[in-house]
Amino acid sequence: MAGLVVLALLLITISFREPTSGPLHGVQSAGATVLRPFEVAAERVARPFRDVYGYFAGLVHVKNENEKLKAEVNDLRQKALLGEAARAQNTRLRKQLKFVDSPVFPSDYTAVNTRIIGWRNEFDERVVIAAGRNAGIHQETPVVTSDGLVGSVTQVSGSAALVTLLTDESSAVQARDQDSGAFGVVRHGEGASSLIVDRVTKDKRVAEGDVIVTAGTRSKQYPSLFPANIPIGYVVSVGQSDTAPFKQIQIQPFVDFSSLDAVTALITKKQIPKAP
Amino acid sequence: MAADSAKAGALLFVAVVLQLSIMSQITILGGHPNLLLVTLVCVSLLRGAVFGAVAGFGAGLLADTGVFGTLGFTALLLTLAGYWTGRYGETTGRDRAHAPMVSIAVITLLYQIAALVLRYMLGQNAPGGEVFAGLFPTILLNLVLTFPVYALTRRLLRPREWAPREVRLLG
Repeated sequence: MAGLVVLALLLITISFREPTSGPLHGVQSAGATVLRPFEVAAERVARPFRDVYGYFAGLVHVKNENEKLKAEVNDLRQKALLGEAARAQNTRLRKQLKFVDSPVFPSDYTAVNTRIIGWRNEFDERVVIAAGRNAGIHQETPVVTSDGLVGSVTQVSGSAALVTLLTDESSAVQARDQDSGAFGVVRHGEGASSLIVDRVTKDKRVAEGDVIVTAGTRSKQYPSLFPANIPIGYVVSVGQSDTAPFKQIQIQPFVDFSSLDAVTALITKKQIPKAP
Repeated sequence: MAADSAKAGALLFVAVVLQLSIMSQITILGGHPNLLLVTLVCVSLLRGAVFGAVAGFGAGLLADTGVFGTLGFTALLLTLAGYWTGRYGETTGRDRAHAPMVSIAVITLLYQIAALVLRYMLGQNAPGGEVFAGLFPTILLNLVLTFPVYALTRRLLRPREWAPREVRLLG
């Protein structure tokens, strides 16, 4: 018994201090690869039951959601028309200027669509996906869904990868208010799975409902892992006090982290520019 | 003994796979059922402290591998859980019908608190408020799981006939 406890403590110490390329993590990756087919099989068996539960659970909120979505569709139709005109103008002007750009989301990225095989729990804001190095995924690969940014890959084996979610304490993303252009850093807030935009100075204008997107790289010393313009969420509250140097901005993420099912890993087709 | 080990190993392997792929997605009233812990407690109650500790270590190591977690973290917690439950099964809890329920309730509580403390000590995310808010539902969910899991475990691992302890009078 004492031997096992000491062995466990030893493993924790080595695992904690060793870099992710170390031998113990290599063994762990191999173990995860062996375990993966069993997890996938169990998940497939459980899927129909989960879908049935999800269907009935969804019916409870369907009426309210329908009304909200109808209003949103009208609003988005108008924005889409304006956006389409702006996009065409942007393409034309870029061509005229012979503009050289860094990788642009989504056109300069290859999507690896994959399933989640290991879920977050009350302690961990991380998930395991069923694609790894063999699919071209590497450490720091951004992960998204059709709704928006999910997180980035922090550990990878041949056939699986660990994705640290945006809601994890260790995650931080350079972000931009799409409406006002104010820059900040999106990170974990006080409550569970809540997000805030930090480092937005008080002279910047940010309003409730503003859409927050990734800002891309803004510092040559610290290039961002995420390409610009991936939607993150919308602002639900903005506050400021006399003593705090920055605004207190809380956002609601577009991605529902509690019901993640399949995600997309973004692999860049272009070289990410590095500062000399 | 070898047959027992094989059966318990297979049972815990299935529990690890189900825990990682299915049970970890289930959240009811903020509680998260832990099939692996319930299975381990049932095995330990029927097979004793040493068996429980070894089973807990192995199952925990497998669980840590599957989620790319800190290797040894779950192994440490489950080793202690298996040992304590095994001791209880060998002594006070022997032949008591309520032993599985008591063990599950107490071990779930201790497991959650120990995990929280250990994570805090390792400098990892330790959301105390969230864990304590979901503690009671987690215990309830684990208790619900105990009925079928204990019945299955008892079927696979027949309860041992504990040898009566010999008491020698001195003098």
